[in-house]
Amino acid sequence: MNLAQLPQQLLNGIFSGSIYALFALGYTLIFGVLDILNLAHAAIFMLGATVSWWLVSAQGWSLLLAFPVAVAIAGLLGIVLDRVAFLRLRQRGAPQLSALISSIAVSLIFVGLSRLLFKDDRKQFPDGTFPQVYFDIGSIRVRLLDVVILVVSLALMLGLTWLVQRTSLGRAIRAVAESPKAAALLGVNIERVIMQTFFIASALGGAAGILYGMSLNSIEPGMGSQVELKGLSIIILGGMGSIPGAMLAGFLIGMIEVLSVVFGGSQLKDAFVFVALFLVLLVRPQGIFGLKQGRAG
Amino acid sequence: MSEFYNANSFLISLVGINAIMALSIYITLSCAMLSLSNAASMAIGAYTAALLTQQLAWALWPAVVAGALMSGLVALVLGLPIMRLSGVFLAIATLGFGEVIRIAIVNIDALGGSEGFRLNSGDRTIEASGWEVYGVLLLIAYFFSRLKGSRMSLALQAIREDENAARTMGINVTFYKVAAYVTGAIVAGIAGALYAHLRSFISPGDFGFQRAVDVLVFAVVGGTLAWRGAIMGAVLMTLLPEAIRVVPIVGGFNIKDQPEIFSGVILLAVILFLPNGLLTVALSLNRIRRPARKVIGHKEASP
Repeated sequence: MNLAQLPQQLLNGIFSGSIYALFALGYTLIFGVLDILNLAHAAIFMLGATVSWWLVSAQGWSLLLAFPVAVAIAGLLGIVLDRVAFLRLRQRGAPQLSALISSIAVSLIFVGLSRLLFKDDRKQFPDGTFPQVYFDIGSIRVRLLDVVILVVSLALMLGLTWLVQRTSLGRAIRAVAESPKAAALLGVNIERVIMQTFFIASALGGAAGILYGMSLNSIEPGMGSQVELKGLSIIILGGMGSIPGAMLAGFLIGMIEVLSVVFGGSQLKDAFVFVALFLVLLVRPQGIFGLKQGRAG
Repeated sequence: MSEFYNANSFLISLVGINAIMALSIYITLSCAMLSLSNAASMAIGAYTAALLTQQLAWALWPAVVAGALMSGLVALVLGLPIMRLSGVFLAIATLGFGEVIRIAIVNIDALGGSEGFRLNSGDRTIEASGWEVYGVLLLIAYFFSRLKGSRMSLALQAIREDENAARTMGINVTFYKVAAYVTGAIVAGIAGALYAHLRSFISPGDFGFQRAVDVLVFAVVGGTLAWRGAIMGAVLMTLLPEAIRVVPIVGGFNIKDQPEIFSGVILLAVILFLPNGLLTVALSLNRIRRPARKVIGHKEASP
């Protein structure tokens, strides 16, 4: 136990929590609208990061340009995912677990293709892609890059909240989440809303992947598995389908992780996350912040 | 024949291990529970049996039984609370369980941590071979064939079709779900104990999420309506990496090094077009020659 580290670790928890929250929003959006647990989301997280790395290192693009392009590609992959894995099952009215399994299948394909096209090794952005600037505030050391990452992910979260609460697309998304039948009767084009939801969810997942890859400066085909279970813990904690819940729970998981490093040891940090997951599932399956809302549950 | 066995003995035995694992997930799937903790149950069986034969000099069979019981016991303690959950919540909880077991093994030095645990490093060797594996597989398959039409099997089927209706009919849903979960864990524990003594080396990486997914792929590809489907899926998918060795290298992309692409495509095709697995194909070929079986007109199982 080293309390001197505490302020620094709490700050790190906010930084990593913001990325986790951004990642988990993709799960929660798709679950909210379609009642599907999309286990290919972690593969899209990885592909977003890999594509941005490829654009920067192999094509010589600036990261400022590569970021939005890779995010858009991740979003398009989300649409492909829906068309390939879920459309047919939806039309057939297949059980919820079939969709879960078919998302695992697409995830296997995505990860395998990434290994095939971009090799299996650990990749780094070229030197000088982002500035190495640090500030020292008292005993805390802050990396400029982390601040940028935090600002970007907060901006994306605010953007999503605005989109869902204030735009007509958001109203349609909420309507379909509430009841696809009623929404269709009221003239909402369900398939279009689903497509847009997949685009947004996957674009956020891709953005989270890029930010995660920047923060650790390490990108590899297996990186999705490092965040997959954290993302799932977050949506359980936050309440399945709840957007503000996922944001808060993302930061909470970031905090649990750093506190378990301070009080336990870095080896066990993932175990603490899952213990939290179990407790919530057993005591409050609707999530800490979840009101029993929508069709979730 | 024996030359062929010697050259491929590990692969042949692995097919048997994977078939046992597929049966372990089949039993939970047969009542519409998606449990992803079978890899963890396998790990508990493997490490328990390995410790017993290596540190306490037990013989193979008592150690296998002990590994299976330990795995079943852990599943019982854990199963009671999590059986309240269903659908994706159960899947996530069992996924978390699997990860906790893996992290625990990594952090226990007596089990070799992330370096892994080597068996038979001294002069005493206790090993399993294809004979033991297939003997056990036959025994378990016999158990499953006897189960068909039994009270338990009918109850599981009723729960799979409609849990609430089953409860209304007076079926003790929780009891049967826990029973199915624990049985699956025991079977996976047996597979783990044999696997440890087959390979003489186990590490936490052998029992991660990837293994859980592989086992799920076996059962779903083969078909979850009958235990034979699970075995069929395990055989086909374990031999798949061998079969795709013939795929040529195209444009510098060595696609045969990525068998997961193939298993992903096969899994996707099965779930989209053959929701009840490849076994339905085998059965409909059979129907041409024999009168129709009830299973053909079966409604789509979950999953």
